[in-house]
Amino acid sequence: MATSTPTPDAYAPPPGGSPHASARSGRQTWRSRLWRFDDKASPYAYIAPFFLVFGAFGLYPLLYTGWIALHRVEMTGLNQMEWAGWDNFDEILHDAEFWTAVTNTFLIGVMSTVPQLLVALGLAHLLNYRLRASTFWRTVVLTPYATSVASAALVFALVFRADGGLLNWVLHFAGLGDTNWANGHWTSKIAISVIVIWRWTGYNALIYLAAMQAVPADLYEAASLDGASRWQQFRKVTIPSLRPTILFTIVISTIGSMQLFGEPLLLEGGRLGATGGNENQYETLSLYLYNYGWNLGHLGPAAAVAWAMLALLLIIAAVNRLIGRFVRTSAV
Amino acid sequence: MRITRTVAGRSRRAAVLATTGLTVPALLLTGCSSDSDSSGSTGPDANGNITLTVADFGQFGYKEAGLFAKYHELHPNITIKEDVTADEKIYYPKLLQQLNSGSGLADVQGIEVGRIKEIADTKADSFVDLGKVIDVDDWVSWKAKQATAPSGAVIGAGTDIGPMSLCYNTELFKKAGLPTDRAEVAKKVEGGWEDYIKLGEEYKKKAPAGTYFMDSASAMFNAVVSSNAEQYYDESGKPIYKESPSVQQGWDLAAEVASKKLSQGLAQFDTNTWVPALRKGTIATVACPAWMAGQISANAGEGNKGKWDITTAPGATAANWGGSFLTVPKSGKNVEEAGKLVKWLTAPEQQAAVFKAIGVFPSNKGAYELPDVKNAKLPYFNDAPIGQIYADEAKSIPEAVLGPKDGVIKDTISTQITNMEQRGTSPDKAWKAATDAIDKAIG
Repeated sequence: MATSTPTPDAYAPPPGGSPHASARSGRQTWRSRLWRFDDKASPYAYIAPFFLVFGAFGLYPLLYTGWIALHRVEMTGLNQMEWAGWDNFDEILHDAEFWTAVTNTFLIGVMSTVPQLLVALGLAHLLNYRLRASTFWRTVVLTPYATSVASAALVFALVFRADGGLLNWVLHFAGLGDTNWANGHWTSKIAISVIVIWRWTGYNALIYLAAMQAVPADLYEAASLDGASRWQQFRKVTIPSLRPTILFTIVISTIGSMQLFGEPLLLEGGRLGATGGNENQYETLSLYLYNYGWNLGHLGPAAAVAWAMLALLLIIAAVNRLIGRFVRTSAV
Repeated sequence: MRITRTVAGRSRRAAVLATTGLTVPALLLTGCSSDSDSSGSTGPDANGNITLTVADFGQFGYKEAGLFAKYHELHPNITIKEDVTADEKIYYPKLLQQLNSGSGLADVQGIEVGRIKEIADTKADSFVDLGKVIDVDDWVSWKAKQATAPSGAVIGAGTDIGPMSLCYNTELFKKAGLPTDRAEVAKKVEGGWEDYIKLGEEYKKKAPAGTYFMDSASAMFNAVVSSNAEQYYDESGKPIYKESPSVQQGWDLAAEVASKKLSQGLAQFDTNTWVPALRKGTIATVACPAWMAGQISANAGEGNKGKWDITTAPGATAANWGGSFLTVPKSGKNVEEAGKLVKWLTAPEQQAAVFKAIGVFPSNKGAYELPDVKNAKLPYFNDAPIGQIYADEAKSIPEAVLGPKDGVIKDTISTQITNMEQRGTSPDKAWKAATDAIDKAIG
């Protein structure tokens, strides 16, 4: 297809033309310039709305958060900003609670992401078979994802409740005694991971399913002709073909677990929820940020936490890349 | 294909460009300026009818006492809409945000006593000086001082106060072989909080299985600290909680309770643990500011009616724990009417009605002589003569020095007391954790 840009030659004045003609051609070059400007500029105008919105609601808050992180600002006096330089970062980096939150976020992230993605792979594999009412099963798998965090967390809070909770009730009947789930260091993390796994497994399963359906059927055919079992097919055909998709879900899950907020906040709710339990046993970085900014009212350190979270994500991404490169080179 | 362009085509493009250029900022603007907050104040409508909005938290008791409906009867052109947030810890940060942005504020906003100092110190300019609307000398002497800004403006009208008493479960006392009569129980603990712990040990010896002498040692800690003028801050506004004798005494007693395992170690008001414990009746005593009686009867439920009783606090402690204020933000559209409403709500008759309805005790001295207060008995608590118990005490409550972060300090220490009770954290370690967290909060 030809471009719509008119070539300059098309409007070149005829040689030795009359003065009248040359004046007309002068106007034409001006017009053609305008046309060309229009052609070059208007695509930017079309995409401008996104960038305007992104600038207002994405970039500006990001930079302003950075600006706040360098100041002393209180919730009680937003107008009084006092230059603090590196102090806020220094404060959170020397706060034991910050490192507790980092550890918790990391642990809960691993405890929820790994089983979640494994189960999702298995589920997707099953859904990929010829099934009766496959659409029904696929919809069911996605249902938890469609529920809101708040309602899911509240229902699970009832399940994990120390007093009269569903799980303890079952354990009691099994003769295993009961556990104060939210109170323990590991049990609380397990409880939160369960909520996350429940909510996101179906979502990931559907992504995997979509990728699986793009795997050419002849690969499986050839494999089965070679006598590969279902399991071998899954390992040698499905997984390698899904590698980019798996990487994608890992990235998404990592970002998701870094932002984990609603589930821990609502596990116990109230005062304990906001600080991640009375020994901060399940306080995530987002909760730490929230508590610093909204409960204690110190916005400077809270903003510093936000930037620290961004830095952590970048570090994780870099490590991820390094590992990916290592795996690729060693696999060859 | 070569696209041939006509003048019409170009003008269409220009039109598209122009509309996108115009609508995007327009959308952004409307997105920011439209006030979707329902609690925001609005002016009178065409007929001069006014809707006053009141934002508060927990249980202020106005609805229960039917006061908003009554006000509408007295002033037919005024309708009152209440916006209640259950948890004060969610309410307060929201209030601060609204104060910062200057929008979404109701005509009348409630503020808890643990926060009033911070608001009076930093945000007094945003509130109407109620000292000009209401005669503050009607209140117990220290109530007005708590809400007075450095400029001298009284920004909050006192609603209730929390004189201290002791609530106890007579059924459990009987089973443990302890006296159940009000006067006898009072005599057992007349020596003070040490006596209270001794009574707890006595209770523990014959206690029914699965029951505890008290719900939480932090409640006792609060009661002890509240009975002193000097608590977490000194007169000059310097935080002194590390050296404060009252904090020290309360902490040591709490550590003793934890080591002797006299309490169930519950976080008070926690719906997962504290509320079921009250319902099941596993707690024998609760340190009981006036408003706590309402909490007990509401949470323990009808099934436990008549099992509870109220007596004077150990050592006849005169203490105030809690109590709130009503404020009028200047940003409201009906500031004058809101001031009148606050004046009416905090007048003796109305405070007495609230006391009768839910048991929160008046801060207005004029209410103490009213029969609704003076002769008040709580049927749920075996007809305990609460009017008499609290009114006697209200006169001798010390004038407490408040600080901006009282609420946060109290909560942080409570958390660490719970850790001592529940996890067996050593007092030294718990104290260090508490002071670290408080230093961060005071910042």
